[in-house]
Order: sequence, then structure tokens, then C-alpha cells
Amino acid sequence: MRRLIPRLILTVVGVVLVLTPFFVRPEAGGRGPLPVFFAYADENFSVWFNVLAVFAFILGGANLLRTHALRVRERGRDWPYSLLTLVAFTAVLVLGLFKVGGPPGLQGSVSHGDSALTWIFDWIYMPLKSTLFALLAFFVASAAYRAFRLRSWEASLLLAAAFVVLIGRTPFGVTLTAWLPNVLRFLRLDELSIWIMKVPNTAGWRSILIGISLGVVAMSLRLILGIEHAVLGGRR
Amino acid sequence: MGSILDTSAWNLGLMLLLLSAAVLGGIQAARRRRLGPMRRLRALDALEIAVGRAAELGRPVYFVPGVRDIDDVQTIAGLSLLRTVAGLAARYGCRLQVPTDRSLVMNTAREICREAYAAAGRPEAYRDDMVSYISDEQFAFAARVDGLMVRERPAAAFLLGAFYAESLLLAEAGNLAGAMQVAGTANWHQLPFLVTACDEVLIGDELFAASAYLDEDPALRGSLRGQDFGKYLAMALLTGGALLAAGSVLTGQAVLTTLYGAVLRLLQTG
Repeated sequence: MRRLIPRLILTVVGVVLVLTPFFVRPEAGGRGPLPVFFAYADENFSVWFNVLAVFAFILGGANLLRTHALRVRERGRDWPYSLLTLVAFTAVLVLGLFKVGGPPGLQGSVSHGDSALTWIFDWIYMPLKSTLFALLAFFVASAAYRAFRLRSWEASLLLAAAFVVLIGRTPFGVTLTAWLPNVLRFLRLDELSIWIMKVPNTAGWRSILIGISLGVVAMSLRLILGIEHAVLGGRR
Repeated sequence: MGSILDTSAWNLGLMLLLLSAAVLGGIQAARRRRLGPMRRLRALDALEIAVGRAAELGRPVYFVPGVRDIDDVQTIAGLSLLRTVAGLAARYGCRLQVPTDRSLVMNTAREICREAYAAAGRPEAYRDDMVSYISDEQFAFAARVDGLMVRERPAAAFLLGAFYAESLLLAEAGNLAGAMQVAGTANWHQLPFLVTACDEVLIGDELFAASAYLDEDPALRGSLRGQDFGKYLAMALLTGGALLAAGSVLTGQAVLTTLYGAVLRLLQTG
């Protein structure tokens, strides 16, 4: 029963959502109980999931507090970080719940411009997030260095294509080959760069996208039919 | 009928019927033991090698099931591989860490790990804290996982699920920690980052095929045949459409133009 009920819910919700696009929406003239039901399901199933996820978030928060509180109590490895996490978590929760600095009451917006939560978001959270995002520049450079090392024919081809795309998108790249006559226009770096992005690159990612879409259909069918044991539990 | 069924979606319905029939047909054929050989997926063969390496080095194994919630099919595909990895970690006696960024994913991952450890005959080795919730925020999650990887230096890291801008942050952290990394995502825009930073990568639909590949159940394996049929159908329609378009322009024959229009209509959505 513990497995049967979730599987039934999954199958019913899956089938209903798959059928939804085939019914006329009531606002587009769909009449009768079926269009109304499918429109209702389409709009509300994801809302129900969000409601469930909110309750589950309490579990997540409790797990976070428990894990870090235990580490602080036992003076485990890197416990000062855990202490910082606990302090930050509690401070943000209290400031948000009591709407400190912002308009009070149930109608008062948590994200009001004067609220302490907005201040934390703008002046602590966003700079931290931007800093981490900026790290990507260095990581891209180190990953590109490894990828472009001339280890094989494929790596060399990748390096050549990347070189053309990078240079071809700069004014320097445009002027570098601007002297080529019109009959050899396709060899200009800017033209080559556009061609690489539009033809081989698009062909590559579109084929991956078609494969992904088919994979999603097959995986969804396996879930709806209840034969995907790994996640639903059961025989393996 | 016109006010109930949306007839403009007939092509979508036809495609859905064809693909569903192919998947169901594949499952039936597999149950009757009429299944051909399967293409080897190196990334999946590497799962055991990576976990074995972690056991030899005495270092932990990290498994990140993406940054989306359980309603994303990529997360489900990633979690289906967690079962295999958790089973291997239990068998080899490795320490497994599964950081998650959604509470529902955490709960599902705990259930999967508990079952995998029990199936491996080591239920006593399972602990709830091997699966932890970090944060719903993408970069907060990435920062914590990066920090853990740098400090704990895992010998194997699995990044399997839906990833966005944090993919390279996670993969490079694993790389710097010296971990053997197996990654997989259906977010095609992140694939180049994972390919450059990880040892083995499940590209696109391979992530969805993984659970069927690892499972002995013929029903699961048979569903891959249906997936292949879809690929052949897409190839036939694309090639046929291209030939019809070229023929229509070169010869100007009305029948070719009509056929090309029909192929286009079949593939149009919305």
C-alpha cells in the first residue's frame, strides 16, 4: 500500500497532464465537463505540488538546523562554518517573519524597499551570488585550457572552431580578413564564425534536443506504467 | 466534438500515439525475449570503477542529483542512478554523501539510499545524514558543495540531473579535488562544460536511458527500443523533408510542395 498509492497518483496525474493539450480550453470555447476538468488540472496540479513542496521545505530547514547544530555541539570538523550558518539562518528567518523595517501586518510586503530582508538581499546575498558567478570566468578558462590541449584530432578541431568563433566575433577578427575578395567572402572570420554557430553547432544541439525529447517521452511512459523501479522502489 | 477536442493538436496526438505504441511494443518484445544487443555506455560502466577507486583511496563518494525539484524528469533520472551508486558504495564500504537542494529530493534520495543499502545486505551502514539538504538557492548550494569537495576531497563525484550555471562550478571543484567524475544532464547548454571538466558524460537522452541500461528488467530495456524507433522516425522525417524541400525548389512540382507542407505540418507545434 505504501508504494501502490504513490504509483496510482503518479499514473493518474501523468495521464491527465498528457491529455491536457488535446482539450479545448473553456476560455477558447471548450464546453462540457471534460474541457473544464482538464483546464482545472492543468492550472492546479502544479500549484498542489508547490503546496507540498512548501511543507517539505520545513523538513529541509529542520534537517539543516539539526545537522549544523549537532556539528557545533560536538565541535566537529569546520564547526565555526556551521555556527555561521545557524546564525545567518536564524537571523534571516526572524527578520523575514517579523517584517523588521518594513510595513507590519499580514498585508505588509516582506520585500518592501525599507525592510531588513531587502537590505540583506541587496547588500549581502546579491554580492555573494555575483562573486560566485564571477568565479565562472576563471573556471571556464581552466576548463577550456584542458579541452583545447592538442591531444587528439577532435581536440584540434574543437580548438580551431573555438578560435574562429572567438576571433570572428571581435572587431579585430573582422578587420583581419576584411581584405578577402567577395568571391572568398565565406572565408572571412566573421562569416565563418556565423556559419559555425548556425550550421554545425545548431545541427549538433538540435539532434541532442530531439534525443532528449524522445528520452523524456520514454522515461515518462516508464513512470506512468510503474516500471521505473529505481525511483518508485521495488524489484531491481 | 469541436468544442471538446482541440483538433489543431492532431499532429501532436499522432506523434504521441506512435511513440507510445513503439515504447509499449518494445516492452512487449523484450518480455518475449526478442531483444537485440545494447550499445555500451562508457559513462555507466565507469560508475563501478569510480566507486571502487574511492574505496581503494579511502575517500568519500559524492552524488549530486541536480538542482531541480522532484517534478523534473531529469531529477528522477538522476535519482534512479543514485540507487546503483548507493548500492555500490554499500558493497565497497565507501562513505557516500548526497547533497540536495530540495527537501522533496532529500526525502526521496534517503528512501532510495536506505533501500539500496538494505538490498546490498548492509542496512546498518545507512545513515540519514548521508543525504543532506543544503539550500534551494542555486549558488548557495554550489558554494556549499564546492566547499565540501575542497575539504573532503572525494575520490568519485557524480553530477547526474538538471544543472544550470552552477554545473562548471561543481565540476571544476570536483576536478580540483582530484575526483573521478561522471556527469549527465539533458540541459544541452551545460553539456560543453561537463564534457570538458568530467571524465565521463551521459549526453542528453543517455541520462534517461541509464536506469534501463543498468536494470535487468526486460520491460525497462524494451522501452529503449521505442526510443530508438522515435529517433529513426525523426531521421526519416528530417531527411524526407529536406529532400522534398529541395525537390520542390528544383523541379517546381506541386506534389512535392504539398508533401513538404504535410511533413512541416506534422512537425509543427503550437
